[in-house]
Amino acid sequence: MSELKLEADVLVIGGGMAAGWAAIAAARTGARVVLADKGFVGTSGVTATAGPNHWWVPPDPAQREAAISRRFQSGFGLADKAWMARVIDTTWRILPELAPYYPFSRDGAGGTFFSGVRGPEYMRALRNFATDLGVRILDHHPALELLLHPDGSVAGAAGYARLERRNWSIRAGAVVMATGGCAFRSGLIGSRGNTGDGCLMAVEAGAELSGMEFSVAYTLSPAWCSTRTLPYTAARFFDVDGNELDIPPGSGAEHLRGLAAAFRGGPVYADLRDAPAPLRTILGRIQPATAPPFARKGVRLFDERFEVKLFGEGTIRGTGGLRIADAHCQTTVRGLFAAGDAATRELIAGATSGGGAQNSAWALTSGYEAGEGAATLARKSVRGNDGPVLRAGRTALRPAAAAKTVDDGAAIAVAAAQILPLDKALWRERETLEASQLLLDQVWAELVAHRQAEGLDQVGAREAAAIVATARWCNFAALARPESRGIHLRADAPRTLPELASRLVTGGTDALWTRFEADLQAGAAA
Amino acid sequence: MIAHIFEDLCTGCNACVAACPDHVLDLGPATVPVIARLDQCQTCFMCELYCPADAIFVAPDQRAPEHVDPAAILASGQLGQMRRDQGWGTGDADPLREYWRLGPLLMEGAQRAVDRYKQSHPEWSPPER
Ligand SMILES: Cc1cc2nc3c(=O)[nH]c(=O)nc-3n(C[C@H](O)[C@H](O)[C@H](O)COP(=O)(O)OP(=O)(O)OC[C@H]3O[C@@H](n4cnc5c(N)ncnc54)[C@H](O)[C@@H]3O)c2cc1C
Ligand code: SF4
Ligand code: SF4
Repeated sequence: MSELKLEADVLVIGGGMAAGWAAIAAARTGARVVLADKGFVGTSGVTATAGPNHWWVPPDPAQREAAISRRFQSGFGLADKAWMARVIDTTWRILPELAPYYPFSRDGAGGTFFSGVRGPEYMRALRNFATDLGVRILDHHPALELLLHPDGSVAGAAGYARLERRNWSIRAGAVVMATGGCAFRSGLIGSRGNTGDGCLMAVEAGAELSGMEFSVAYTLSPAWCSTRTLPYTAARFFDVDGNELDIPPGSGAEHLRGLAAAFRGGPVYADLRDAPAPLRTILGRIQPATAPPFARKGVRLFDERFEVKLFGEGTIRGTGGLRIADAHCQTTVRGLFAAGDAATRELIAGATSGGGAQNSAWALTSGYEAGEGAATLARKSVRGNDGPVLRAGRTALRPAAAAKTVDDGAAIAVAAAQILPLDKALWRERETLEASQLLLDQVWAELVAHRQAEGLDQVGAREAAAIVATARWCNFAALARPESRGIHLRADAPRTLPELASRLVTGGTDALWTRFEADLQAGAAA
Repeated sequence: MIAHIFEDLCTGCNACVAACPDHVLDLGPATVPVIARLDQCQTCFMCELYCPADAIFVAPDQRAPEHVDPAAILASGQLGQMRRDQGWGTGDADPLREYWRLGPLLMEGAQRAVDRYKQSHPEWSPPER
């Protein structure tokens, strides 16, 4: 089939909540919007399988001030109060506008429950809202690379339509990158397509990343299937002989390190007999997909012990991503905007995880801002959608040397083995990080030199390249921050150093670099 | 991983082929979709949710394909259970009426774990968040 060629004012890449809100915001300004998703808008991405609870603070100055200062403190000096205020305010104003499309229900106190939304219904609502506003949605159209004008600004993107089996290219006045975070194929629920593609495409085009060292987050699930975590918060843990394990509760470093130590001794089992009693009857109605992995395995969730595992969340409930350069979430590349988990969430979460409320508020707000900003920029653009463009993609598309077989699965396995193992991630050390960097650089060099994909194979090949690239950035940034801060835990540098209270910027595809933002600003001022 | 499509229930609507976020399914030569790339299945149950005929069964283990017995699945009552729980296709006008309880139940569980741990470790206090 011949290549699909389209034109738009705004092209949104991605199909989760950030992409949905970006498309809606852009279309509301009257812009012509195309949204290209790797999967299906409604089921793809981690929004669809989650049930994001949004950061939800009423417009009472005292309450907002308190919420902001609480989270500012727990961000270890890297968050931004003005951004926090905007995210809270935009979320509060915009989320209820979904009411015509989403069955908001009661809140148990006489009002409407807005802050928490169930994934499949949320994504279906965003899809219908966007469609009614005239957004053209292209499902199963993964983007592979950005198109650039000769001056380096963004001109669109190109990709592959995997059901129709043809290439596509879309010229646009501005592009919103909303491709989610990267979980390194850990098996985390909903994350298979979250492979860091957007970061790779953007960095190839010259964009910068920030906070990539804050990539250590895990979620507990039965060993055979990643689920959401509602039933497990009161779990007790046991070893294979039935001895209770001493695991401090919570979700932070102490809890994770406790579990990690337990896993060294063999399988760990959870016991949910202490779970709140109402869960036994209403779990299915709140989180319908959590029960089947148990029921179908013949495990009585609340009455029988079952083996558990920690599934890595990488930059999904970690915090790093594309660096934001202005109030509309434009990156340092003109015409390229970033939203949701593809972008850094340090502006509101600082050095910690934004999971649990902030990330979804960020995805909504950054999506909305990016969509509006992209539409405004496209409208001002006098260039039009013709003229020559450069294709910015390289690795796995245009090899540097002779093409030959490279095993994507093996490359992904190397990346995952550097980033996901608990002992490496929760006790980072210079020596192990350096050894990992060597391995990752080798795998990357092999992909750059030899991997060449055509047709459908391009999709998997670019996913492998993006996973390896993201692993390199995370590992490199972890080396460049010789202290512990938030979710970045260095066993060889356990203290938090006041002089490093600055965001760490990372960039480059082959030769990587990092720089503290404070130094960048000092350099610019000098 | 997706384990079985009941041919006699499937209407060939192809909703699942479109809805699977991981491109596991292809249009079939006849009408029933083909599980073409099982290695890409993430056990997300979304194909079940989007199948209006309750013709799909996803097996619980995401680590490896499982052999299933179609007759046993039919007898188990599991077919379509997730979709019914979700309230899709049931005509339920208010499927999310219990959803607000998610947060309080999460917190209640977490608080219980903290109280229990404090009993055995009186000197311990939960980390600030
Ligand atoms: C289990 C779980 C529970 C969570 N609970 C909460 C919570 O309660 N509160 C909270 O604030 N946050 C929560 N989070 C985090 C929150 O869900 C995310 O921050 C949010 O969903 C991010 O939205 P997104 O659109 O950026 O990414 P996603 O929803 O992951 O979407 C990424 C999209 O990009 C698409 N894509 C990827 N690559 C390409 C490509 N090359 N071309 C085109 N499209 C591409 C994918 O198909 C997908 O549609 C949770 C996360 C998980 C995993
Ligand atoms: S379980 Fe999910 S990934 Fe597997 S076939 Fe169904 S929709 Fe696709
Ligand atoms: S969604 Fe169900 S009925 Fe439709 S093609 Fe798929 S299996 Fe058959």
